[in-house]
Amino acid sequence: MSESVSRINIACRVNGAPRRVQAYPMARLLDVLREEMHLTGTKEGCGEGECGACAVLMNGAIVNSCLVPAVEADGMDIRTIEGIARGEQLSAVQEAFLECGGAQCGICTPGMVIASVALLERHPHPSDVEIREGLAGNLCRCTGYQKIFASVVRACEATSDKRPGKQ
Amino acid sequence: MRAYIPAYDLRVPGSLSETLALLSREPGVWQPFAGGTDLMVLLEAGKLSHKRYLSVAKLEDLRGIDVTTADVTLGALTTYSEIQNHRLLQKEFPLLCTAARETGSIATQNRGTLGGNIVNASPAADSPPALLVYDAEIELISARGVRWLPYHGFHTGYKKMQIAPDELLRAVRLPRRVKKWRQYYRKVGTRRAQAISKVCFAGAALVEKGTIRDVRIALGSVAPIVLRAVKTEDALFGKKATPTIIAAARETLAQEIAPIDDIRSTARYRLRVAQNLLEEFLSQLAK
Amino acid sequence: MEEKYFGHSVLRKEGREKVTGRARYVDDLAFPEMLHGVTVRSSVAHGRIRDIPFGEGIPWGEFTVVTAADIPGKNEIALIEHDQPCLAAEFINHPEEAVVLLAHADRYLLEEARRAVQIDVEPLPAIFSIEESIAKRVVLYGKDNVFKEYHLEKGDVDAAWARADVIVEGEYRTGAQEQLYIENQGMIATANPADGVTIWGSLQCPYYIHKALITLFGLPGEKIRVIQAETGGGFGGKEEYPSMIAGHAALLAWKSGKPVKIIYDRAEDMVATTKRHPSRTRHRTGVTRDGKLVAMDIDFVIDGGAYATLSSVVLSRGTIHAAGPYFCPNVRVHSRAVATNAPPHGAFRGFGAPQAIFAAERHIDQVALAVNLTPEEFRRRNFLHKGQTTITGQLINEDVNFDGLLDRAFRESDYHAKRERFARENPGEAVKRGIGFASFMHGAGFTGSGEVYLASVVELEATREGIVRVLAASTEIGQGTNTVFSQIAADALGISYDRIEIARPDTGAVPNSGPTVASRTSMVVGHLVETAALGMKRTLVDSGLLCDACTEDEFVRACKRYIDTRGPLRSRTQYEPPPGLFWDDKKYSGDAYGTYAWAVYVAEVAVDTVTFEALTDFVAVQEIGKVIHPVLAAGQIEGGVAQAIGMSLYENVVWREGRMANGQMTNYIMPTAADIPPIRVFFEEQPYPFGPHGAKGIGELPMDGPAPAIINAIENATGICVREIPATPEVLMEALTAKAGALV
Repeated sequence: MSESVSRINIACRVNGAPRRVQAYPMARLLDVLREEMHLTGTKEGCGEGECGACAVLMNGAIVNSCLVPAVEADGMDIRTIEGIARGEQLSAVQEAFLECGGAQCGICTPGMVIASVALLERHPHPSDVEIREGLAGNLCRCTGYQKIFASVVRACEATSDKRPGKQ
Repeated sequence: MRAYIPAYDLRVPGSLSETLALLSREPGVWQPFAGGTDLMVLLEAGKLSHKRYLSVAKLEDLRGIDVTTADVTLGALTTYSEIQNHRLLQKEFPLLCTAARETGSIATQNRGTLGGNIVNASPAADSPPALLVYDAEIELISARGVRWLPYHGFHTGYKKMQIAPDELLRAVRLPRRVKKWRQYYRKVGTRRAQAISKVCFAGAALVEKGTIRDVRIALGSVAPIVLRAVKTEDALFGKKATPTIIAAARETLAQEIAPIDDIRSTARYRLRVAQNLLEEFLSQLAK
Repeated sequence: MEEKYFGHSVLRKEGREKVTGRARYVDDLAFPEMLHGVTVRSSVAHGRIRDIPFGEGIPWGEFTVVTAADIPGKNEIALIEHDQPCLAAEFINHPEEAVVLLAHADRYLLEEARRAVQIDVEPLPAIFSIEESIAKRVVLYGKDNVFKEYHLEKGDVDAAWARADVIVEGEYRTGAQEQLYIENQGMIATANPADGVTIWGSLQCPYYIHKALITLFGLPGEKIRVIQAETGGGFGGKEEYPSMIAGHAALLAWKSGKPVKIIYDRAEDMVATTKRHPSRTRHRTGVTRDGKLVAMDIDFVIDGGAYATLSSVVLSRGTIHAAGPYFCPNVRVHSRAVATNAPPHGAFRGFGAPQAIFAAERHIDQVALAVNLTPEEFRRRNFLHKGQTTITGQLINEDVNFDGLLDRAFRESDYHAKRERFARENPGEAVKRGIGFASFMHGAGFTGSGEVYLASVVELEATREGIVRVLAASTEIGQGTNTVFSQIAADALGISYDRIEIARPDTGAVPNSGPTVASRTSMVVGHLVETAALGMKRTLVDSGLLCDACTEDEFVRACKRYIDTRGPLRSRTQYEPPPGLFWDDKKYSGDAYGTYAWAVYVAEVAVDTVTFEALTDFVAVQEIGKVIHPVLAAGQIEGGVAQAIGMSLYENVVWREGRMANGQMTNYIMPTAADIPPIRVFFEEQPYPFGPHGAKGIGELPMDGPAPAIINAIENATGICVREIPATPEVLMEALTAKAGALV
């Protein structure tokens, strides 16, 4: 049987709070989040970086946490689905998913919400094509994507309605 | 998840020189680990046989995109996202930007690196055909020194390349010679996004008064390596893209490529589509 | 009854948890001292187990090891027949068959251990195709490999050929399809002889698992408890397979004395669990010169894999749907489910109907061509109408209006104008455009006497605070069960939607309302919820504590008074078939389903002759009784259409010696957000008297129509006649090349 390396210390920020854990260097960030930090909102769908269910924001950029080795998380600022709402106050994207039927079984939803948040940060008023491309890394088997697109459009409208001068 | 994670070592050397020293002291023992978007997939499938890695992800010497009047040099750690967002690359090297945009998903593009893509040496890689068309050169460094070589010829066989066990890919340099060239890139994947290519075609040509003065054609997924179609190029120098020339070029291409049946597609499909993409490229030159 | 909630898109009961990541799926649950479990499987398709060597270097003493010898009850997964073992004992009948189970607290070490166990199998000849099975190259089941066979006869087909002016034949094939729920299968079990077995898991049918564990452990029903965790998609893939994985987790828990969690990774889930049955359908159709159907002879075969499992029921549904929504006085359907050495195929949305309808709707376009009629005109001359009989002799007693559905679908998709324009513009274009459609129906609920057999029960109970809890085994798996039940109950009781709670499906706490399959949950079980709610109201009214027309406050007060003075306030309802329904199991004739939803789907394609890729726009028109929740209903259609688009064009299972070779998401291609076209959904409503507020079942309907509509559109665009799905670009390339006879 193979020898074991030592676990390493990882210090990072997760959802705004400093966290320190120990993990094997090649452990998946996905498992570090779910097992060491008990943040089970981020899901495993494929373990190959294809489905996006494991998506999180790392230093503001969307990544598939199943493909990030633990050692890479050291020093990073990570945001998971648990950090999208502000307490009980849902984000515009989450409200929109609720209103528009963007979630059916919900397993892809955490990753889809992360992808939608990342998309709207890059393109506050995304075109149809930009929405499709922005979400192409997140697979959904239930919805056929239609109401997810609608949710992104609704979130975008809701956000621009809140901007100063738009009342 | 099929790997025994505790067996895998991933160290973070503090500097480039430390990295090169380790590679030199124990050649073959350590392999570099960049974005991880290829290696982690292999790991999780239980197929990553090598166990000891050096993370090069934080080495500043491998970062950055430098522009001079003669060329653009991309550090090996340049991500696909960085490529897509770079103004000059968009303007002068659009094929590379298109390739970057069609690689995996945005999440993959934020982590995957150009250097990693090159040394992973998949014949289905999306950026290498563009690099071949642009006459890219690559820089390899080791404790012994630095050397530059043309990217064309770097891959010598399936997953075989001209890099020594103590060498690290540092940069990719693109000569700024294609400003007036007509450029074409088309990847045909298993679906419109997040797809491994079945056929990938990159082409660029300098056309004057309808005549092809110079041309570069490169394809992915139709041979054990990403391929410059030099015979097809030779058949086109000094010619106009007439239907006869196009038909002959299709035939020449068929001689040059060696597509296979595999889990994603068939040899016949790849051959036909490769020829069709060539024709589409050449037809655009005729306009 | 006021429809305050019914027909409106209320916020989902289950919604908030899902968008915040707080919903707890089985892999999110952990128990003290919990072990992880893995399954060691055969890599050989057929053979006799010679030996199971355990390799060096693993501290085997720390592991719990389970084989067939450890099974306390019977080594079988009780379903319809008794042929499928829980763990292979002497013989292997398909690749990835489970042989050994291992448990340990360290998930990483467990994976090393799994690799260290070899299943040494002496190979036997194996068969992998319908043809090999029918030819009995190897006999795997019974005398002739036939799990089940139906002979359906209407009228006199043999005599009718003489009356046909034209006879058209065709053979059509569909491949396997992986359900590909994004949440892999998983179970957690605790088990010991004293307390019995408790299961938490990702599942659709808690009582199926309950029944299977009774047999596996030889325990009485009261000692088995199955609880549904939040489930990330099922589509039928979590109908019967969960009994297997639950059994495995429970056996490890039984032997180790600790809770055990088994979660499949994607690779294991893809290769080892069920898929849609591959099919081969042969049509022989006789028509008059003016386009009237006089005779249909259909041979329908599905590949069931190595064990019987649910193949007989899939076959049944496919058989009944094989002739399409047309009237033909003389029909023969001969159908068979046959055995091969593949992992057993199983339930997947549509359940035999998509396979049969693909063939029927492709064939009808060929028949139309043969008598020089448009696909539209031929169908209009043959659609079923009220007063006519189906192939099982069921009298259609509702106003089916296919002409109207066709008109609407054509209007919404601009069918005629596009068809004319594409024909005009295609020549000389590299991208060929086309438009095609399919007309079809889907029977809701269990076939024939199935619902009577299920005898589903729903209970309601009220609290002193006036909260009403719905107790049913129907599972929320994305379709919005909890929301729909709440809407129905709230309207029936005349109280707020927020006062309704849906109990977690737990066999220890809820009655058996039947499995969450067969498009029955809203229509059949929802109707029971409505009846039970009305019954509860009646109890209160009859007790003098409430008037028929009451306010919510009055209701709440009445609950409190009733409970304080008389005891628990409960209502229980059991399924009763609608009057007048008659089904003969022996003759396989009569009223196959209580009702059908009817639909016309239109697909517009653009076939790129450079790359042979396709698809641009989709219109789905269906009559579904009554729309309960517009957003959820549209969501069902859109999701089903997307899965069917995958089935038609992308999702190819690559088989090598009976094993799925492309068992990763990289190589099994499901459409992304960039691939699925706009899907526009339209509903017509013709209330079904025995559904809640008139609603019919719709969950599977959208799986039936897209494939033939798309392939019909491809034929319109290119002239090529594709008779198999998935019609991947490779298939289209070969067909276009053959047609052109030269370079394209």
